[in-house]
Amino acid sequence: MLWCALLSMPFMGIKGGAYLFVGLCVTYSVFILLTHTFGKIRKPVIPANTTLLTVLLIIPAVAFPLLAGDYYTDVAVLAGIYIILALGVNVVIGFSGLLHLGFAAFYGLGAYSNALLTTVFGLGFWSALPLTLVLTSIAGFLLAFPALRLRGDYLAIVTLGFGEIIRLVLNNWDSVTRGPNGISNIPAPFIAGFELGGLIFYYYLVSGFVFIAAFVVKRVHRSRTGRAWLAIREDETAAEAMGINTRKYKFMALSFGAFWAGLAGALFASKMHFVSPESFTFMESVFIVCMIILGGIASVPGVIFGSLILVFLPEVLREFQLYRMLALGAGLVLMMIFRPEGLVKKGYKHDS
Amino acid sequence: MILEVRDLTKTFGGLKAIEEVSFRVRHGIILSIIGPNGAGKTTLFNCLTGILPPTKGRILFENEDISKKKAYEISAGGIARTFQNIRVFGSMSVLENVMIGQHSRSREGLFTAILGTGRFIREEDEIRSKALEYLEFAGIRDYADTLAENLPYGDRKRLEIARALAAEPRLLLLDEPAAGMNPQETLELMDLINRIREWGKTVIIIEHDMKVVMGISDWIIVLDHGVKIAEGTPGEIQNNPYVIEAYLGKEEVF
Repeated sequence: MLWCALLSMPFMGIKGGAYLFVGLCVTYSVFILLTHTFGKIRKPVIPANTTLLTVLLIIPAVAFPLLAGDYYTDVAVLAGIYIILALGVNVVIGFSGLLHLGFAAFYGLGAYSNALLTTVFGLGFWSALPLTLVLTSIAGFLLAFPALRLRGDYLAIVTLGFGEIIRLVLNNWDSVTRGPNGISNIPAPFIAGFELGGLIFYYYLVSGFVFIAAFVVKRVHRSRTGRAWLAIREDETAAEAMGINTRKYKFMALSFGAFWAGLAGALFASKMHFVSPESFTFMESVFIVCMIILGGIASVPGVIFGSLILVFLPEVLREFQLYRMLALGAGLVLMMIFRPEGLVKKGYKHDS
Repeated sequence: MILEVRDLTKTFGGLKAIEEVSFRVRHGIILSIIGPNGAGKTTLFNCLTGILPPTKGRILFENEDISKKKAYEISAGGIARTFQNIRVFGSMSVLENVMIGQHSRSREGLFTAILGTGRFIREEDEIRSKALEYLEFAGIRDYADTLAENLPYGDRKRLEIARALAAEPRLLLLDEPAAGMNPQETLELMDLINRIREWGKTVIIIEHDMKVVMGISDWIIVLDHGVKIAEGTPGEIQNNPYVIEAYLGKEEVF
């Protein structure tokens, strides 16, 4: 938190935007807190004031879109989508240590399958969603085949290539994806027969999914599966010698990660009502990796925090125009020098 | 016989790391494998645990051929090991390290974990309490919440042993457990290995420290240049001319 304050210090003078940014951090920490509270496998006695605090934080999170105005609500929705995406990438890179640089591909697959299923096949958002998730999970599973034999930098290169292949296919397969023109008129979700296309609705929808994603990823992190992933990241040979089927768990990590990327993609397509290959470039993959590194690799609250900062900071700094990306880059470099473990340190205290 | 190795050969390109090595290990003993550096001791361990596939030969563990099995299957089947260059999971806690040892003795998957079912919680509790027992046994329970990479050297070796024990093996392979330990730590280690044997487990160790080898072994196998040159009780090995030659060089007569 201190570091976050320090990072945003130079910009505090600029408009109310900076205040909003800080306010947002507080609001979204509701989710962090919630997952902390409910994500535990063994529920310890929650002190009364923590519960009170959680309740007090839910209110601003719920009230946020009503107070912040359309522009920042819009940014918050995007931030939520990135949180889900980053949580998925975190399973692959943060937990399992598989340096995957083509995650935008799964994000794109999720977005495109949602777009195609809803526009071409006429499915609704809710019936297209499970199909999309299954599809992207399978894509993650399939990529695991070539990636399994590779470690470290070699894996990074292969996944980078994979990301580009998917983007090029989306760009060139005109008859299906309509090429660079993209797919437009993607319908909004319906609930009980009502089309819910408003911004506020998307805010709550995405927030709900962010909560589910954080909750699930956190739980899996502290389970037998999560430990197996961590062991593979730490030392693959030793993990294998301890009885872990490393092949199987790498498959699982890639599918599980792709699952969340698919969810993020589907939400993105539905929110924008439009998808085009431009949204899923290599830079996008790099951007997601930056989020998890900035926030604190392998830490769920850290990843959430990192995503929020990387989505909101450029918006808040919009006044600087061209310089904002420079400032962001400089910020990242400084982070790597002074706090390489990320904003949120991994908590290794055990629940018991 | 818990383990029987028949004509085991492992070659790396043209280099013969192990050549036609055969031996048998009786149940419940402590067997030491000694030999000069590069004799093929660690390669032998790697073949026994499935980390390297043997080029030729058979490995029978409890009368079952395991020479084609994968490392994780062998570990689940009852052989656990430690490594010469310590391989603890550095950025995980000591307790988590040992909990990973229980991997093949537990089964709950992704979905029960997400739902947090009763069965999942019970299994987690069981894994945790067992892991704590193994830490207690190895004498490092106080460090349960410490990061493994922050442990002192000797305790990291103990952690590796605790982690291997958590896999509930019937045969435990220790690769140079006493390397880099001071005399006091070495004594404690010998006591630990003896306690593991008393627990009914068979132990094979690779060791250079002759005080340890002669002090706890029931049987010793000597490797040199990938070939078994002698085996016997500690007393026999100490007086074996081939062994002396391998270690000290041939006596030149002018």
